[in-house]
Amino acid sequence: MNILVCIKQVPDINELKVDAATNTLPIDKAPNVVNTLDTYALETAVRLKDADPEVKIFALTMGPEQAKEALKSCLSVGADKAYRLGDVLLEDSDTLATSYALSGAAKVLEAREGLTFDLILCGKQTTDGDSAQVGVQLAEHLSYPQITSAVEISVDAGKVRARRETGDGYEVVETALPAVVTISKTEYEPRYASVKSKMAANRAEIPVLTVADLEIDTALIGLNGSPTKLKNTYVPQRKKGGIKLEEENGEIAADKLAALLSDAGIV
Amino acid sequence: MSENKNLWVFFEVVGGSPKIVSMELLGKGKELANAVGEELVAVVIGNGVDAAVKIAVSYGADKVIVVDGADYANYSTDAYTYALEQLVGKYKPSAILLGATGIGRDLAPRIAARLNTGLTADCTGLGIDTDTGVIQWSRTAYSGKLIAEIECPEARPQIGTVRPSVFKRVPPDLERSAEIIAEDIPVPTGLIRIALVEKIEEAAEGAVNLEEAEIIVSGGRGLGKPENFSLVKDLADVLNGVVGASRAAVDAGWIDHSHQVGQTGKTVGPKLYVACGISGAIQHLAGMSGSDVIIAVNRDPDAPIFDIADYGIVGDIKEVLPALTSAIKKLRS
Amino acid sequence: MFFNEDHEYIRSLAKEFAEKDLAPIANDIDKNDEVPQRIYDLMAEMGFFGLKIPEQYGGQGLDTRSYVCVMEEICKKSIAASLIMSSANSLSTAPMLLAGTEEQKQKYIPGIASGEDFMAFGLTEPGAGSDAGAMTTKAVEDGDSYILNGRKCFITGAPFAKNAVIFAKTNPEKGSKGITSLIVDMSLPGISVGKHEDKMGLRGVATSDIVLEDVRVPKSEILGEIDRGFITAMKTLSIGRIGVATQGIGISQGAMDEAVKYIKERKQFGKRLADFQSLQFKIADMETKLNAARLLVYNAAYNMDEGNDVTKAASMAKLFATETALEIVSDALQMHGGYGYIKEYSIERLYRDARVLTIFEGTSQIQQMVISGIVIGK
Repeated sequence: MNILVCIKQVPDINELKVDAATNTLPIDKAPNVVNTLDTYALETAVRLKDADPEVKIFALTMGPEQAKEALKSCLSVGADKAYRLGDVLLEDSDTLATSYALSGAAKVLEAREGLTFDLILCGKQTTDGDSAQVGVQLAEHLSYPQITSAVEISVDAGKVRARRETGDGYEVVETALPAVVTISKTEYEPRYASVKSKMAANRAEIPVLTVADLEIDTALIGLNGSPTKLKNTYVPQRKKGGIKLEEENGEIAADKLAALLSDAGIV
Repeated sequence: MSENKNLWVFFEVVGGSPKIVSMELLGKGKELANAVGEELVAVVIGNGVDAAVKIAVSYGADKVIVVDGADYANYSTDAYTYALEQLVGKYKPSAILLGATGIGRDLAPRIAARLNTGLTADCTGLGIDTDTGVIQWSRTAYSGKLIAEIECPEARPQIGTVRPSVFKRVPPDLERSAEIIAEDIPVPTGLIRIALVEKIEEAAEGAVNLEEAEIIVSGGRGLGKPENFSLVKDLADVLNGVVGASRAAVDAGWIDHSHQVGQTGKTVGPKLYVACGISGAIQHLAGMSGSDVIIAVNRDPDAPIFDIADYGIVGDIKEVLPALTSAIKKLRS
Repeated sequence: MFFNEDHEYIRSLAKEFAEKDLAPIANDIDKNDEVPQRIYDLMAEMGFFGLKIPEQYGGQGLDTRSYVCVMEEICKKSIAASLIMSSANSLSTAPMLLAGTEEQKQKYIPGIASGEDFMAFGLTEPGAGSDAGAMTTKAVEDGDSYILNGRKCFITGAPFAKNAVIFAKTNPEKGSKGITSLIVDMSLPGISVGKHEDKMGLRGVATSDIVLEDVRVPKSEILGEIDRGFITAMKTLSIGRIGVATQGIGISQGAMDEAVKYIKERKQFGKRLADFQSLQFKIADMETKLNAARLLVYNAAYNMDEGNDVTKAASMAKLFATETALEIVSDALQMHGGYGYIKEYSIERLYRDARVLTIFEGTSQIQQMVISGIVIGK
């Protein structure tokens, strides 16, 4: 079985702080990491490989040169091969254009490697855009069925079965491969690299695909190929400091708070 | 400009009952449609949805398009996308709003890609250009640290999902009437590729629909031990709220992940959010900072949660929570 | 200057682990006096237990600088977690690598490198600390075996060790030249461990006495030559010094981080503590001392990797980095005021954890003897 895991390099949200002086978010200054839920998607793939050594895992990202570090990180924890789709023509692509380009890359990789991806895994959403669109739209571009927000999957007899989160609990669903599954936070944590695999990954070559390598319509990528346009961004106003009660005991504080809430019409 | 006209709200119905966010969207949708002189259309897909259709009308839909059939009894990406695709092809709306629910977030990207149009997910604000009819979508990015304003100037329909509780429901008018258009869209054999094997409703404590909850009381690592979640539950009960949790509490195995609020859990926007023993790591704040009113109870006076809290109590959870529960009980009686 | 890209990669792995998995539980490790099994498992998976151990014995075969990088990152968050790793990489395996037969190395080292087995290092005795030659544990030849009697104390990991290297006198009249090292199976009849020591700091890895009563150890388990054990012990301790020195710079950085965070948040007299110049200058001094210590440690590691004699360099690194650590944790605690005296703040633990660094694996005074001995000569 061949699994394609699509990942994204994002700024480390923990290190991303609003610059109080300019009231801007200096995104370029934060260190980059593999998007959290993508690491769960990769771990999910690696667990399938643990159970079946025949499984091959391919990691793919669309991003600039520096995104190769994210792919190395994937190689160090179990991906067999990694590819970067990088091209200036792809800059400022929205989710539709991005997923379209990724679908093109997936097809080219299948042709190059002489295989088909039975399963495509993506993190449910990224910590930068938070939109949860690319995985689903990739499925549509490939005309594959989709399972979103999966927290556990198994593969058997050409089918993938997944437990997925719904608004009010979970459900178990099943579909025939090939399919796209987006992964939410799983019960298991992504594994660490070993010092050896980390060093080996650091030395790995990461092949680059450009738009010219893909069979896609260049009118549908990049800024011009993106139906949505980013008009403006700004840092939201911070809430004014609230009322903090430090009383002798919990009862006094609770009574005071209840009175405040009642006065404000909250309770 | 384009021939597309009218603003649609995907009026989400699960088990016969409409989602609250769908009602909220009809209120906001009406405002936007009026601003550009278009009609507000509710699209109801399901099986046995007559009651829901009436509710859609009462919340202001000028028209309701109904797709009713056994194939739509349970939500499926494939069938619902197919039905919407047929409807959009026939009626050519200018925009579609969906709730950013589990279903909305599954369906919207798929139909947007099918129609090759733009989608803005998880919006927290909507405006419209009255000359061009272009909707101004506002949404948060980078876990709430940035607001992005997005437009879809050319492709139609413009599609967006909107977070629950962002807009308030307008009072329903049960006397209203509206044109009901029934569309029969049989689902081709083999179209639905996903089979539902089992539905797992959350046991004991009942369903946790955090995303639509108006009041959430959440517990974190500061509770000290899993048994203390009963204190959280007691407070939630007296407030008619639901129980949430931080990742630390979930990871400690104190409560199921379906309760988790935050970056790897759910994003919520209730009227009232009570954070008990939650220090306020950025991952948690990302999921709840959009709450209208935030109350924090924590032993550590320097906990970051106090920075965003409207009201805070520095104190021991075991003391404060029962006292607060009984104080509110007293207020209520 | 001292590190290449591989070192930095390995450091980033350790840093991620320390921040994600150690930092949140470091105070619990101290409180419960136990490192959770999960931490052992993760460190084993990453290959930390065998970092410096040669590949033919199941290790990663990396150099001292790689070891320093990993140790430093771990010590920033939890020195207890660093101890289980430093034991495996130095005190547990160095005696065998220095003096063991090929058979002994093959038999014992792979289990330690993988983290499955723990090998205790039994040198110190109630009456023989810095003066190791004063030990009274005896090994008496009896046919194909030696019979061991005596008591070892403050032995890290004794309660859960599978084996121990025990130093015992085979020729008591010859003093330190009559000491032999033996590998002792901890399940042998006659072996018992003393009560769990309730330590001030560095809690999380059990320490206790090992009591030997007529323990029969086969001659095949003698490590190195008869009467040459003292040299093995001293060489092992010398190797361990860079590890302890690294613990010093790691914990110092941890304390600095806590202090800087605190003084930027805490307000008194209407401004942040960080805005008071007296504290700013103190931070500058702490940072400078810490970096001086760091250079000594890195320099010793680099020279060890280059195959140079690092006896003096390692002793200087240990002496300065650990003494500096005591100063830095103390200053960092002072900046916390009253909160520094409360267990909820990590600095309280760091203060206790750091205290042992100038004591174990050669006190500061022993380091001074080593250094001055080399400088002045005999």
